[in-house]
Amino acid sequence: MTHTIRMHVNGKDYTLDMPAQRLLIDCLRYDLGLTGTKEGCSVGVCGACTVLMDGALVSSCLTLAVLADGKQITTVEGLAHNGTLHPVQQAFIDFGGFQCGICTPGMVVAAKALLDENPNPSDDEIKDWMMGNLCRCTGYYKILESIRGAATRLQTERV
Amino acid sequence: MNAFEFRQPETLEEALTLLHDLGEDARVMAGGTALVIMMKQRLVMPDCLISLQKLRGLDQIQEANGELRLGALTTHRAVERSPVVHTRLPALAETYAHVATIRIRNVATVGGALAHADPNQDPPVMLMALDAQVRLTSTAGSRQVPMAEFFSDYYETIRQPDELVTEVVVPALQPHSGSVYLKFLPRTADDYATVGVAATVTIDPASGSCQDCRIAMGSVAPTPVRATEAETLVRGGQRLTSELAREAGALAQRVTDPISDTRGSAEYKRAMAGVFVRRALEQAWQRALASV
Repeated sequence: MTHTIRMHVNGKDYTLDMPAQRLLIDCLRYDLGLTGTKEGCSVGVCGACTVLMDGALVSSCLTLAVLADGKQITTVEGLAHNGTLHPVQQAFIDFGGFQCGICTPGMVVAAKALLDENPNPSDDEIKDWMMGNLCRCTGYYKILESIRGAATRLQTERV
Repeated sequence: MNAFEFRQPETLEEALTLLHDLGEDARVMAGGTALVIMMKQRLVMPDCLISLQKLRGLDQIQEANGELRLGALTTHRAVERSPVVHTRLPALAETYAHVATIRIRNVATVGGALAHADPNQDPPVMLMALDAQVRLTSTAGSRQVPMAEFFSDYYETIRQPDELVTEVVVPALQPHSGSVYLKFLPRTADDYATVGVAATVTIDPASGSCQDCRIAMGSVAPTPVRATEAETLVRGGQRLTSELAREAGALAQRVTDPISDTRGSAEYKRAMAGVFVRRALEQAWQRALASV
């Protein structure tokens, strides 16, 4: 049995027929072709599947797609505007905030949400917020530098 | 995951009627962070899933005369950030802030976590040490159960199949009280506790002795447990010395029944329970002293 849901993903409206047991990550990747969001641990621990639902970080591997009915979803594909990377994405490139890249979409989405809520976080606040995003290459220092760098740039832009 | 019928009641009455009609064939989903994993692993295969996402009015935090009422659908993150919880019961806000990661706390609910009844959770331990009560509601009416009587076994509670957890009631702290939750995390910051201990102490300002004391422990038994003998010892003492706190820790160890797992051997957890009961008592005492 399917359910008709309306989702707003990265600014676009979608009307989809969803089986109740379909997960949001599978809907994003296979129904909408948004493969930027990755699946890592499948149990909500690693953070690779992180997306924003109405602005709040969630694990798309633990979210039924039917529960995204009427919600605004932002994935990593929704961060760049008119071909210009989001400052968090640009900072991850400039500061070398990734190695293999599998954790990067989740990291970038999580970092964007952090800076939306707290534009000038301390290192401890960054670490506390990001502790649910695991990097299997263990490149955490560069990720920390990237987020710090993005925060500085975003603040300069605002002035 | 198996296929299931999906229902989304919009009122409490509708939800309770569904539960009444479907009973054990249905599972209730609030945030779903725990239930989805159990369904993926086929530990739970419900015929019908009742989502509470569209239910309104159960996500409020209310305060009256110092008593807090947390609606069952309040998220962990909402409790963590609530100004009234910070003012009235800072230790409770700290406890919810200590659960898993922000992604989980954004979604996991107060009531859903209690109904899930994983003995490794943090909030039930603090709620026990705060003498909280759980409100259960069915089509037949509603009842309030002390937190200490709510859990019956691993992932089991006294909730009947037609009942919904609708509210948690946390009484006001007595004057001159201090509360704390300590989470022992030897592995990662987002892990379940190896041992979690909560303590609340109330000081008699005239004598400086302990007037009341509640100690609860998590991750050391099939359910969160109160350390009642240790509480009695502390209550009978003049004031909390390090010797008394140590003795209380030793008494608390006796009611633990931990299992060996990746977070530590049973022996280690029992030893750490004693250490963390002592530390929790000392810190709760310091917080209480600050308000005398």
